[in-house]
Amino acid sequence: MKAEYILPDSTISPKRAFPLLLIILFLVLILLGINLGEVSTVMEKAIKICLDCIGIG
Amino acid sequence: MPVLRRWIQIVSTALSNAYWMFPHTKGIYQGTLKSICAPGLNCYSCPAATGSCPLGSLQSIIAGLRPAVKAGHYHFGAYIIGTLGLIGSLVGRMPCGWLCPFGLLQELIHKIPSPKFEIPKILTYMKYLFLILFIFILPALVIDDYSYGMTWFCKFICPAGTLEAGVPLIFLKPELKELIGVLFYFKLAILFVFIVWMILSRRPFCRVACPLGAIYSFFNKHSVFRMIHDSEKCTHCRECYNNCPMGIKFYKGPNQHDCIRCLKCLNESCRFGAISYEIAGMPVIKPVEPQKSALTPP
Repeated sequence: MKAEYILPDSTISPKRAFPLLLIILFLVLILLGINLGEVSTVMEKAIKICLDCIGIG
Repeated sequence: MPVLRRWIQIVSTALSNAYWMFPHTKGIYQGTLKSICAPGLNCYSCPAATGSCPLGSLQSIIAGLRPAVKAGHYHFGAYIIGTLGLIGSLVGRMPCGWLCPFGLLQELIHKIPSPKFEIPKILTYMKYLFLILFIFILPALVIDDYSYGMTWFCKFICPAGTLEAGVPLIFLKPELKELIGVLFYFKLAILFVFIVWMILSRRPFCRVACPLGAIYSFFNKHSVFRMIHDSEKCTHCRECYNNCPMGIKFYKGPNQHDCIRCLKCLNESCRFGAISYEIAGMPVIKPVEPQKSALTPP
């Protein structure tokens, strides 16, 4: 049988609004991190072999 | 659907490890993609890795928090926590089931024929201990003379780092053999234990030790994508549990902390239409196949 998916109508509830609030919160955190220069810090750490991190040295 | 998921896992693993110039350069990828956190567990010291491991990056930032603050850089991991939180808010633990290279490895190794054993539920809470202790507390509080902490989880636990970076780098840079000590053999032992455990049990690392899965699991009940359980249609036949790669008893409730949203329960297990999912509160209902729906619940 070919699977058909049904999308019933639904009303807005606080249950549906909470994930949206979380998304906004974490988007703000990402922008804050970018603004603070964390992207270059992440890059700086990731392009070097961390011998300590992998159990060598 | 199972074939589609396997292909997505393979493509994700290939994209996360797409730098195949390392045998010539004798080093790891250093391009701009390394500034992006991969959604799954993939060591950034792996010679082929194209992205950053979110756990490694988070530990590094926390370990260097004091010196950074002294230097006037208030880096507390907002970019990484924001990225993980955004993914979690959208789909919860779904990246574990669809994108994580180490998750794929565990599923493939578990196919090796052997007696199979269930993991005691109490052990599945250990990943939260690893998250709190090895990702946040120890890197922040145990510091050296220069106020730097260590990446405790990477250094002492992570079997993915040993497999993807430690072992390949030994072959790629033979001079590193001189630096091998007790710690490396300890980490090899951890890797060996987990590989044997992967044969015997379903996704042991994800369920017991993965701090990334622990972070995503906080969002399972509150994400845009959520599983739905219809208790009226459910017969408690345990077919969902038998097929679940995480050993979840779905009939005891949807969106449990270990659910990786692989949808095996929906597509390969439930014959009674008791399992579905919703996106942003809108249920997506898969109709029950007529022949199978004829089976009446006992």
